[in-house]
Amino acid sequence: MATVSLEKLVKRYGSLEVVHGIDLEVADREFIALVGPSGCGKSTTLRMIAGLEQISGGDLRIGGKVVNDLPPRARNLAMVFQSYALYPHMTVRENMGFSLKIAGMKPEEVAPRVDEAAATLDLTHLLDRRPSQLSGGQRQRVAMGRAIVRDPDVFLFDEPLSNLDAKLRTQMRVEIKKLHAKVQSTVIYVTHDQVEAMTLADRIVIMRDGYIEQVGTPEEVFRRPNSKFVAGFIGSPPMNLKDAEVTDGMLVFANGDRLPLPEKFRDRVSSGQKVTFGLRPDDLYPVGHGIHSGSEADVHKQDLRVLLTEPLGNETLVFSELGGAEWVARMLNPRPLGTGEVLAFCFDLAQAHLFDRESGRSLRGSHGKD
Amino acid sequence: MKGWRPPAPFILLLPAIVVLAAVVIVPLVLSLYSSFTAFRLTQPASLYTLIGFRNYQRILTDIEFWAAFGRTVLLLTIALNLEMLLGLGLAMLVEKATSGQRLLRTIMMFPMMFSPILVGFQFKFMFNDNIGLVNNTLQSLGLSSQAIPWLIDGTLAFIAILVAEIWSSTSVFAILILAGLLAMPKEPIEAARVDGCTPWQTFRYVTWPFIMPFAYIAMTIRSLDVARAYDIVKIMTDGGPAKRTELLWTLISRTAYADARMGVANAMAYVAILLSIVFTAYFFRKLSAARTQIAAEW
Ligand SMILES: Nc1ncnc2c1ncn2[C@@H]1O[C@H](COP(=O)(O)OP(=O)(O)OP(=O)(O)O)[C@@H](O)[C@H]1O
Ligand SMILES: [Mg+2]
Repeated sequence: MATVSLEKLVKRYGSLEVVHGIDLEVADREFIALVGPSGCGKSTTLRMIAGLEQISGGDLRIGGKVVNDLPPRARNLAMVFQSYALYPHMTVRENMGFSLKIAGMKPEEVAPRVDEAAATLDLTHLLDRRPSQLSGGQRQRVAMGRAIVRDPDVFLFDEPLSNLDAKLRTQMRVEIKKLHAKVQSTVIYVTHDQVEAMTLADRIVIMRDGYIEQVGTPEEVFRRPNSKFVAGFIGSPPMNLKDAEVTDGMLVFANGDRLPLPEKFRDRVSSGQKVTFGLRPDDLYPVGHGIHSGSEADVHKQDLRVLLTEPLGNETLVFSELGGAEWVARMLNPRPLGTGEVLAFCFDLAQAHLFDRESGRSLRGSHGKD
Repeated sequence: MKGWRPPAPFILLLPAIVVLAAVVIVPLVLSLYSSFTAFRLTQPASLYTLIGFRNYQRILTDIEFWAAFGRTVLLLTIALNLEMLLGLGLAMLVEKATSGQRLLRTIMMFPMMFSPILVGFQFKFMFNDNIGLVNNTLQSLGLSSQAIPWLIDGTLAFIAILVAEIWSSTSVFAILILAGLLAMPKEPIEAARVDGCTPWQTFRYVTWPFIMPFAYIAMTIRSLDVARAYDIVKIMTDGGPAKRTELLWTLISRTAYADARMGVANAMAYVAILLSIVFTAYFFRKLSAARTQIAAEW
C-alpha cells in the first residue's frame, strides 16, 4: 500500500520559491505522469518526494504517514535520475545490484534479479563494463535497471527515456507499462514526451511555474483542458489558439476576419468579451480529408489559402492563414498540395475551445460536457 | 668541412644535459662511489681507498642504524595514518561548511606556511617540561600532578615529534582530499541515499572510492617527506635523549658531519633512498589502481 499525497507542498531556495504549495493525491498503484515546460519544478517535486530535497512547507505522506523528515532510505522508493547518477567506480552489474546488496541480500539472490533486469533492458552484454564505457542511452538504461531490480513502494522516474532513440524509446515504453502491470507499485513519472504521458499514465499532472495547472486522465486533459496553457501544452502539433473578440454571435479577429461563435459557448460569453479561440489541428481539415465528431450543423466551412505543407506520409500538416495568424490543419488521406492553392476547410466547431483572454481559464464551465 | 656532426636534438638538449649532469648526476655518482670507499672528511685522500661493500656490511650489522631505520618506518606509518584520518575528517567538515568555506580553506593551509625549523622550535617550547604549554595546561586542569618529561623520555619524545609532524602536515591530506570531495559529482551520493544507504554506507561505498586516489597522492607526497624527516627532530630532540629518537637522516648527518665518516653515511643514505622508493612505488601502484577504478579522466 503506497498512496502518495502532497499537501500544500512548498519548495524554497533561500528566498526564491519554486514550488508554490501544490496538492496532489496519488492512489496506490496509480501511474502518474508529471509534465510541464522546462524549469517548472517537476524534478524538484520528485526530489522532495524522494527525500533528497528538504521540504520547505506543507506535508508529504507516503502510505498515509507523514515522511517530511524521513531520510530517503526510510521511504522505500526507487528513483531514476534525469542525469543517470550511476556509480562511476562500479560495473553495470554492481550498479544494478547495489541497492539489493545494501538491503542485505545474498549475492546468489542478487544475481538472478540483475540478470533478469539486464535481459529486459538489453544490457546483458554490457554487464561488466563501467559507466564511462557506455553511451548515453546505455547509461540511461542502466539507471532504469538499477530501479527495476528493486521492489519499492513507489517508483520515481525523471525523464528516464529522454536519451534513447525513437525505436528503443517505444520498446522501453512498452517495458515500463509491463513492469507497472507486474510489480503493482505506484509510479510518478516525469516526462517531456506527450506520447509517453498519454500512453503510460492513468492520470497526467500538468505543471507550470511551480503550480499545478490541471490533473486528469489523458482523455480529460486532451479533450477538456482547463486553461489555455494546458490546451497549448497537450497535443501535437499544438492546438491553434487565436485571440478574438465576441461581436454579435461572431468571433472577430484582430484584422477583421470572422468565424461563427460555437453554439455551445453562446450563453457563456457576452458581446465585446475578449477571448482566445482554440481548435485542434485534427478539427480543422480540408473538405473530404477529415472526420467531424458532432452534428453536421456544427461544421463551419471556409476557404483558406495554403501557405506551407508538411507531408508526413499518412497525413499532411497544412499551414494556412486566417485572422492575420497562422493555423495548422491536419489533412488525412492527403493529396499533393501546391503553395498558394485555395481550399475549402472544415472547422469542427463542436470540438472548439474558448478561453478568457485575461485569466486563460476555459469558458466551458467547470462541469461542461464539451 | 666534412666530419661527424651531432644530431640536432642532442645539440638542443645539451645545455640541459650539462646542467643536470653538474647538479644531479655527478653528485649522485660521486656519492655512490664514495659509499664504496673509506672516505672520511678529515682525510681527503681516503676517498681513493676502495673498500668494496665493507660500508654496507657494516651498516647491515649496525644495531643503531637498524633502530633508526625501524623508528623512521614507525614514524612514517603512524604519522601517515593519523594524518590521513585527521585530514579526511577535516576535509569532510570543511566541505560541509555552507559559508566561509574559502576562509576555512585558507586557515587550513596555515601550518604549511611555517618552516619546519620554526615548527620544531615552537613544539620544543610547548613540550618543555618546566615552562611548556602542554604541562602547564595538564597541571592547571588537574590532569597531572607532576611535570611530564616530554622531551626526555624516549617514547614521550617520539610522541611529541609525531604531534609536531602531524600538526604541520595534516593539511596536505586535508587539502588534497577536499579537492577530491569538491570535484566529486553529487548525483551518485543521492542515488546511494535512495538506494537505501546509511550515511556511513554512502561514505564507504561511494564517497571513499572516489576520493581514494586523492588520498594516495597525499600519501605519496608525505611518505617522501617523512622518510627524509630531519628538521623537526633535529630541533626538538636532536635524536636524543641517548639516541632514542634518532631517525635515519639525523643519524646520517651525524655520521657524515660530526663523525666525518662520509663513506658510511653515503651508504646509509642509499639504503634510506631505497626505503623512499619502495614507499613511493607502493603508493603509486595503489594510486593507479584506484584511478582505474573510478575511471578517472586525468
Ligand atoms: N539548487 C537550486 N537553487 C536555486 N534554484 C533552483 C535550484 N534547483 C532548481 N532550481 C530552480 O527551480 C526551478 C525548477 O527546477 P526543476 O529542476 O524542478 O525543473 P524541471 O521542471 O525538472 O525542468 P526540466 O524539465 O528542465 O528538467 C527552476 O527554475 C530552477 O532554476
Ligand atoms: Mg528536471
